[in-house]
Amino acid sequence: MKRVQDQDLERIIGQLLRFGVLLSSLVVLTGGVMYLVRHGYQLPQYGVFRGEPDKMKQPAPMWRAILKGEGRPLIGLGLLILIATPIARILFSIVGYLLEKDYLYVLITGVVLVVILWNI
Amino acid sequence: MTILVFSGLLFVGALAAGLLGSLTGLGGGVVLIPLLTLLFKVDIHYAIGASLVSVIATSSGAAAAYVRDGISNIRLGMFLEVATTAGAVGGAFLATYLSTSVIAIVFGVMLLVSAVLSFLKRSDNLLTGPGSKLTRILRLNGSYPTAKGKQDYTVKNVVGGFLMMNVAGVLSGLLGIGSGALKVLAMDNIMRTPFKVSTTTSNFMIGVTAAASAGIYLKRGYIDPGLSMPVMLGVLAGAFAGSRILTKTSVSTLKKVFAVVILLLAVEMIYNGVNHKI
Repeated sequence: MKRVQDQDLERIIGQLLRFGVLLSSLVVLTGGVMYLVRHGYQLPQYGVFRGEPDKMKQPAPMWRAILKGEGRPLIGLGLLILIATPIARILFSIVGYLLEKDYLYVLITGVVLVVILWNI
Repeated sequence: MTILVFSGLLFVGALAAGLLGSLTGLGGGVVLIPLLTLLFKVDIHYAIGASLVSVIATSSGAAAAYVRDGISNIRLGMFLEVATTAGAVGGAFLATYLSTSVIAIVFGVMLLVSAVLSFLKRSDNLLTGPGSKLTRILRLNGSYPTAKGKQDYTVKNVVGGFLMMNVAGVLSGLLGIGSGALKVLAMDNIMRTPFKVSTTTSNFMIGVTAAASAGIYLKRGYIDPGLSMPVMLGVLAGAFAGSRILTKTSVSTLKKVFAVVILLLAVEMIYNGVNHKI
């Protein structure tokens, strides 16, 4: 009985990972096309590290810039979805272990989640 | 060179890195960062950010298939992720305090280790039996599908493997790579898990480990969308193509050539780091 539930969990995790990667690639690609149409003729400047403005890092300014039709923040959104994919995988696992009543692994997976979220 | 040409070249370079990384099992990150810093003259912080993003993409994409086939040991992966994520957070913090030259030197040394490890023959382990008390409490012993049916296996040396994973996590966070070579080493040689299980479980863990440091890199502004876009899409496409070819061709010659390339890149990175050119 328990074994079957483990396999269910594995199937859902697999589909979640695939979906996250696919969705983020599509968003990044769309943003990339918009970015290249607007800025493709300019010169790249990555030789010196400068950091990124808020609209590339925080959801609210990012969203406003996307609505204005900017490509780079849309790529940024795609990258956020990508980074969120493994984190969502952990959340699903916690729920799965709760359903299996495997509380040791609820705890272990919870620690991993806290370590990640603490630093975002 | 305009952004359009630059992005196009980056995409092609990343595609090659992803393809080679997946064919040889060494991952795309090991060639990506030397490619970006040495050839494209990108600041190593931006290079690490872009590489980290691609590492999450390829590992999640590949893990999806392995998890579904039931080869990855998910409990083992989850347990060891405690070590790798904690290490990755530490490594990402370290990256902001170390100079780019020092990071380049550490990267070069890591490349040397990966290249040497890829020359060593991996032994396939198969331990059976009840295992230690700790592995039973943590339910780390598992089974994986073979042609003859389900094969059970036992894991040993949990504490040693955990510590090694912690080191792998620090390097992953510091250098923006998956540290797949070290993760496999920890499982193959210390915990004695079967070949297939260590490879796929390591892959499963890489995404979460990278996500732990990606949050910090994002906050620090190390992840540039314009740079990450061609890199991530290129590596992903390359890795996908590689996984399709992998089943049909023998890769031992390719692997040797790739290891030599990595050795040369390692020397170049260390040389540039020592002379403060990076």
